[in-house]
Amino acid sequence: MITPQSEAELAEVIAATKEPLRIIGGGTRSVVPMGNATLLSASGLSGITLHEPGSLTLVAQAGTPLEQIDAALAAEGQRLPFEPMDHRGLLGTSGTPTIGGVVAANVSGPRRIQVGAARDFLLGVRFVDGAGRILKNGGRVMKNVTGYDLVKLMAGSRGRLGVLSEVAFKVLPLPEVSVTLVLKGLNDAAAVTAMSQALASPFEVTGAAHWPGQGTFLRIEGFAGSVTYRAAQLREMLGGEIEEGAQRWAEIRDVAPFHAGKGDIWRISVKPTDAPGIVARAGAEAVLYDWGGGLIWLRMAPGIDLRARIAPFQGHATLVRADASTLAKFPLEQPETESLATLSAGLRAKFDPRGIFATETDPLRAAAS
Amino acid sequence: MDMPTPNPAILAKKPRLVERLLNVLPNDAVIHLEAETRAYECDALTAYRCPPMVAVLPSTTQEVSDILRICHEMGVPVVPRGSGTSLAGGALPTADCVILGVARMNAVLETDYENRFVRVQSGRTNLSVTGAVQENDFFYAPDPSSQLACAIAGNIAMNSGGAHCLKYGVTTNNLMGVTMVLMDGTVVEIGGAHLDAPGLDLLGVICGSEGQLGVVTEATLRILRKPEGARPVLMGFDSNEVAGECVSDIIKAGVLPVAIEFMDRPCIRATEAFAKAGYPDCEALLIVEVEGSDAEIDEQLEKIVAIARRHNPVELRESKSADESARIWLGRKSAFGAMGQINDYMCLDGTIPVSQLPYVLRRIGEMSREYGLDVGNVFHAGDGNMHPLILFDANKPGDLELCEAFGADILRLCVEVGGCLTGEHGVGIEKRDLMVNQFAPDDLDIQMAVKDVFDPQWLLNPAKVFPLAASEARRAA
Repeated sequence: MITPQSEAELAEVIAATKEPLRIIGGGTRSVVPMGNATLLSASGLSGITLHEPGSLTLVAQAGTPLEQIDAALAAEGQRLPFEPMDHRGLLGTSGTPTIGGVVAANVSGPRRIQVGAARDFLLGVRFVDGAGRILKNGGRVMKNVTGYDLVKLMAGSRGRLGVLSEVAFKVLPLPEVSVTLVLKGLNDAAAVTAMSQALASPFEVTGAAHWPGQGTFLRIEGFAGSVTYRAAQLREMLGGEIEEGAQRWAEIRDVAPFHAGKGDIWRISVKPTDAPGIVARAGAEAVLYDWGGGLIWLRMAPGIDLRARIAPFQGHATLVRADASTLAKFPLEQPETESLATLSAGLRAKFDPRGIFATETDPLRAAAS
Repeated sequence: MDMPTPNPAILAKKPRLVERLLNVLPNDAVIHLEAETRAYECDALTAYRCPPMVAVLPSTTQEVSDILRICHEMGVPVVPRGSGTSLAGGALPTADCVILGVARMNAVLETDYENRFVRVQSGRTNLSVTGAVQENDFFYAPDPSSQLACAIAGNIAMNSGGAHCLKYGVTTNNLMGVTMVLMDGTVVEIGGAHLDAPGLDLLGVICGSEGQLGVVTEATLRILRKPEGARPVLMGFDSNEVAGECVSDIIKAGVLPVAIEFMDRPCIRATEAFAKAGYPDCEALLIVEVEGSDAEIDEQLEKIVAIARRHNPVELRESKSADESARIWLGRKSAFGAMGQINDYMCLDGTIPVSQLPYVLRRIGEMSREYGLDVGNVFHAGDGNMHPLILFDANKPGDLELCEAFGADILRLCVEVGGCLTGEHGVGIEKRDLMVNQFAPDDLDIQMAVKDVFDPQWLLNPAKVFPLAASEARRAA
């Protein structure tokens, strides 16, 4: 494993390499096993570069542990608003999640439905491309339309385009209070309808999840008076009981019900009202709905071609956990249409002209490594 | 501001081009007589004008595809145009280009309240997107000042913002999908009513690409339920520093207002003379607006007012009614008009870290004296998006050039303190040549490489965004 200690060293390593490199942060989100690939770790680039609470801005080196960032923000009453999930429980990985890994995989949790994804809070990036050039895009200010938005392109690019060295975020205040309205006894379709009603209300629901057998959960956050008012309004609209505390949302965020047990784990992004029909077609062993129904987590018997089973559908299905034989059969990400695949391949060739970034999303390269 | 010399070989193709366009479009959608193309000679950056060779007004995605395929085959540059409200010259033609205007494509295609999105044709105006859903108490959040006129197509091209971005984000945060036509006529669908992308976030790079990667014909936009209410508080301070600290303290306290607007003394005075909103005569004025039910608004305003009091405001006026709210907003909303009464003005939109506000305002004041041109500042303080309005006399020889030089100095200052050249208007031609102040050559090269992928021949809006010297080899190829 190569672990550069500075951005300049990172650039030298990439410029000099003759063989493909697989990039990792803390290695907690890898779906495909590392095999014999040469690993390039960003964990040597660590530390918060800037935190200006009054500007809602945080800049950190890409290998900075997420917990260090969470702690620094919490000390000023702030947080990363998009609530990135911790993949360790689901994937059985160990290690330390890094902020660069969050960006590279565009990891967002339940609050994504209300405030946006990791990519929506990412203000700027520095990265090294496949030619070993140190590049920057965006910056540290909240509004910036100067040139193309490669910040969004880098978010979720999973190491296809470059190695992140520094990332800048817009952060938000921590709420004073957080409560959950719990609805019991709804079937999937009724739950999605209730979540849609809640999300279409003026009460700023910051989480809407349905956990079959456990209930349907609606989160309200903010100042105490406001939360009391909103929760009461929602309860009047939908019924249910009000529950204090936030533990439930960490479980939903990390898909806790799927941690134990075997099987393939799929993650599907769809239009919320399509979700119950898709779940019915999938024939899954277990299901968890987040994002008001727009995000479906499924646990399936091993080796099933879920995409074929639910086709045709609008959205995309991602394989998040599977054994080696399933991984060899299906691409991790929903294949793009031909014209979009051509554009993506073209971009990849520009950012990585020598083809040295061996990402796990590329089945051939992953198999070769 | 230089533009490339028109290519005589392209100009010579005009008769054949018009003939081919008329084969795929109705007669009234192809504008080619010199008297008529003049209507498209400029956008809202009116200092620069040049009638295009031809203007076309398609009504469908298929027509857009036909137009682009023909222009691609004939090697004719195309400049896409929404409503022509760009302040940066994003829709400025060259004499050898086709202007592709999407104004006729203004239909609402799908409205879905359960899943909270609307799908529209891209020529629809920003405000009329909200207009289509407001009877159900929904709205489309990005609200650029030109929202009555500006088109969604232009909003996407420039990644437009507005006064309420602090809470709701800008266009890119509210855009879920597009139908887009590439320069060779290929129609692509990106995103839709679901969230996030499989693979690379192409939607993210298309938004804000200033019409250089493709022509967006349809857009899926996130719509939100209207808050129950909104009310502002107005506060006056005797220095910019104190007002800046107050902004910072409000944000640090955990209140997230929907808007924090800032006006400095020159702007307050001009506005007061024009609109008589009853603003105090002070150094700096803030308007902070919060949303929610009446009780929720009171809860937030109470916190904000307590913070403001610690900074010894010279005036503190909390709105208790819709009437009072309207009076507080009256001056702010008239600010541009008020400055326009005094003289011609140029409006910039560099963004800075909020912490640098007092320093930047002081430096702008010093530069104003050096250049001998007055400047008023009115801007979105919560997100550091400045709007210096530099006054000049367009009829006085040399004044425009002086004003541009002053503007360039302000933008360089924004970059120096950690900010950027443009927060919401876009680069266009206006800030094109300043890009080298914010980006190293490699940073610009990787952006231009993205255009190489989408538009290998550099036919779409080619003379914008990048310094002409930097893009010359690609445009000539």
